[in-house]
Amino acid sequence: MSITLNHFLFLGAILFTIGVLGIFLNKKNVIIILMSIELILLSVNINFIAFSTFLGDLSGQIFAMFTLTVAAAEAAIGLAILVVFFRNLGSIEVQEISKLKG
Amino acid sequence: MIIYTLSFYLFSGVAVLSALMVISSKNPVHSVLFLILSFVNAAGLFVLLGAEFLAMILVVVYVGAVAVLFLFVVMMLDINFVKLREGFLQYLPFGAILGIVLIIELGILFLTKNFSEMSLVEYSLIPQITSTENTKLLGSVLYTKYFYLFQLSGLILLVAMIGSITLTLRKKGKSKKQIISNQNNIDSSQSVIKKKIKIGEGI
Repeated sequence: MSITLNHFLFLGAILFTIGVLGIFLNKKNVIIILMSIELILLSVNINFIAFSTFLGDLSGQIFAMFTLTVAAAEAAIGLAILVVFFRNLGSIEVQEISKLKG
Repeated sequence: MIIYTLSFYLFSGVAVLSALMVISSKNPVHSVLFLILSFVNAAGLFVLLGAEFLAMILVVVYVGAVAVLFLFVVMMLDINFVKLREGFLQYLPFGAILGIVLIIELGILFLTKNFSEMSLVEYSLIPQITSTENTKLLGSVLYTKYFYLFQLSGLILLVAMIGSITLTLRKKGKSKKQIISNQNNIDSSQSVIKKKIKIGEGI
């Protein structure tokens, strides 16, 4: 029994679903939502690299690298916004963020 | 081959279980640590797929930088995490239904089409994966065909860096700094005071 492309795609799908589920279940906690986004991006990377290997094309790995870059930038800015938000309101509940609108 | 299969199931099993723990553990510090475990196992999977360079990048960038950044933020902010978990069970049935539907749909999608037989490679611009080292191959493509995208990703990182610094920078009123225009605008009437002092008295 050998590992095929579909095994990796299923793993990516499971991780993606867990990430989406994390956003739904932890509706109040921004930190967990950011971590769920990281999980989703990880599943995307697994798909990219699995396709790259099984189809013999290197561009999948290149795009996985760009995804890593964007994910790092997104995490940095998200955490900075979180810190500023906590400084202003003293809590990180998602419902409170609607106060930002004019 | 049997070792390959076993290590695939080991890495993917631990990755999925730790991902589940990320979204369900009570303490966010534990969540971050499980996120690190998940990333390390994904790096193992990347090694299995033959993408060694990306596996190392994942360990260095994610475990070394992003996850530690998460850990810092979680530990520095004084947050009541018990209050934040309210509504977890309330959303659980809806979330579970959504998750099951999503996973079934994705599974059907992957089963109906056999991706391995597709020949995307024929019209790809990129050299095919050969027996050379992964890092060397990646570099030979990244710095030639994808050079502008590579520069652009550097620019994205710069913007992210400037953005996060300006967001979190706090202006302190106490600091004394030199303002040259104020110094140049000053004249003798502001800097010198003439006073008449009587003889035998101080100021």
